[in-house]
Amino acid sequence: MEARDLATDVRRQGDAAIVHLSGELNSSAEGPLNDAYDEITDVSTVILNFGDVQYINSTGIAVIVGVLGRARREGKSIVACGLMDHYKEIFQITRLADFMNIYPDEASAVAGMPAAS
Amino acid sequence: MATRTRSLRAIRRRKGAEPGAVVESASAPQSEQAPVDISPGDPLLAYLESAGGPVDLDSLELESPAKEELRSAGVQVVVPLVSQGELIGLLNLGPRLSEQEYSADDRKLLDTLAGQAAPAVRVAQLVREQEAEARERERVEQELKVATLIQQQFLPRELPDLPAWHIAAFYRPAREVGGDFYDFIELPEGKLGIVVGDVTDKGVPAALVMAMTQSLLGAEAPRLVSPSEVMERVNDLLVADMPPKMFVTCLYAVLDPSSGKLQYANAGHNVPYVATDDAVVEFRATGMPLGLLPGMKYEEKEGVLGPGDTILLHSDGLAEAHNGDREMFGFPRLMKHMEHRSTGEAVIDDLLKELDAFTGRDWEQEDDITLVTLQRSRHAPLFAEVLGARSSASSSQDGSPEKDRTLAEFEVASRPGNERTAMARITEAVEELDIPSARLERLKTAVAEATMNAIEHGNNNQADIPVGISAVVEGNDLVIRVTDQGGEKALAEVEQPDLEAKLAGEQKARGWGLFLIKNMVDEMNVDSDATLHTIELKFHLKGDGHGS
Repeated sequence: MEARDLATDVRRQGDAAIVHLSGELNSSAEGPLNDAYDEITDVSTVILNFGDVQYINSTGIAVIVGVLGRARREGKSIVACGLMDHYKEIFQITRLADFMNIYPDEASAVAGMPAAS
Repeated sequence: MATRTRSLRAIRRRKGAEPGAVVESASAPQSEQAPVDISPGDPLLAYLESAGGPVDLDSLELESPAKEELRSAGVQVVVPLVSQGELIGLLNLGPRLSEQEYSADDRKLLDTLAGQAAPAVRVAQLVREQEAEARERERVEQELKVATLIQQQFLPRELPDLPAWHIAAFYRPAREVGGDFYDFIELPEGKLGIVVGDVTDKGVPAALVMAMTQSLLGAEAPRLVSPSEVMERVNDLLVADMPPKMFVTCLYAVLDPSSGKLQYANAGHNVPYVATDDAVVEFRATGMPLGLLPGMKYEEKEGVLGPGDTILLHSDGLAEAHNGDREMFGFPRLMKHMEHRSTGEAVIDDLLKELDAFTGRDWEQEDDITLVTLQRSRHAPLFAEVLGARSSASSSQDGSPEKDRTLAEFEVASRPGNERTAMARITEAVEELDIPSARLERLKTAVAEATMNAIEHGNNNQADIPVGISAVVEGNDLVIRVTDQGGEKALAEVEQPDLEAKLAGEQKARGWGLFLIKNMVDEMNVDSDATLHTIELKFHLKGDGHGS
């Protein structure tokens, strides 16, 4: 089975950046996800849209942990949306959910953002 | 003989001669009268051989005990029966009943009679000898059959099936079956007893002693385990019942298949050779053959068969085979062969080929040939065997009446990404169980994580080392086993990772695999030995049946 690398698409929406992810989130996603994060400079919130992610494994979790750690050090918040129920459960088990809000979809994620100051 | 005597009498009666004559065969004395023994060195024999006609004993001047004995038995005339220059019998005649002397005519008649009788007697003798030989041959053949039968009864019917080990055995009896034997004995804790032995002597007696020895070993080995103790005990038991001039040479070894540890004791048998990557070493231990003296002590030694190593146990038949020039195959040649050994069953095949080349085509095997090899695989144990053995062992331990049902059993190469293959195949295999989707997703994640762990940490991403995966329904559980070769590595306790520390960069971000697995399954077990490491994932299936 061919592993599909993670593709990213970064969009600005108000004070937030939406990173649309598609493909698989494993160790090979480290480069693409960090590159995408690097593109985002002057926002307070990064929305990770997992709507087109079918597979996340433990090394993918580590990649998310890495990016989440960077964001926290920079005072940014990260929210997640579009997660399959199974991965939502995994975000809870791993306690990632304690450090990032999880929304069902992009619209609710955008709506749930703290108002721009 | 009776027929011939009757015909001689009839001849004499027709002539009006006297009864009481006997035919005396030089090689097999037999007559109605008490036979006269003539010693082979008696001068009378030499005289009669060249006499050329009837001999009157009374007028014969010869110092001969036989002559005196014949005379005292009432013999007057002796007619030698000579065939092809060889004295084959005597026609002994007493005095004529008419009390007259034997006339010249009588002597001529007797001479003629002897001339005709001699070849007939010779033929009869040959026939009788051949009949005796045939009977003896038949007896020997029969004995061979019995010996072979006993031998075959005691040879193992199948070879032990040990994961990560290749075991081969060869036994070829000589025409005159010797007393070779070999055996494998199942021991507690998954250990294996290996026996190779040789009884002195051949045929049925050797076969019986072989049977006795093997029975004793089979009875004592599982109880005592320690090779030296087993030898001591079997020796003492054998001494009591051993026929004179017989003994048994025997090598007994105990293998721990998981570590490759081999304990052994040797009762005067050939020294086993162990071929490693660097050299061929001898596994020597001293001890007297079994059955000679009571109270013998046997040295116990211990060695290790590492991955890729091969041990050869062998009887005399191979090393002591001779070629046409009476040159012996010899132990050095055997050792040298082990240096250039190949893998698999080929060790034995190659040895036999070399023996054939050495002895030539017309060689009749002198002694039984017994060869047993144990090879520890260099890399991959056959996972299907491991997993199969483990699942069947667990079911028999449970005493569960339900039969295990294997849904899948396969291997994937240790390449990153192959966890997806494992996940897909397992998903397909468990489809019939109709597992609810949320649980199925957990199962998929658990399988993928366990496989990744096996690929990366167990097998260090070495593509040629496979990861073995099986899915078996055991009672109300679906059990998935993922096996790698990182057995020696201790597995850390599964703890909740410290996410705060990871986010703060105080710990590396990775290290989620086992924690994830543990939270995906109903039960997670880890089984590790020196070579293999297995993660067992259990999912309770709903209902009482096979989870449908």
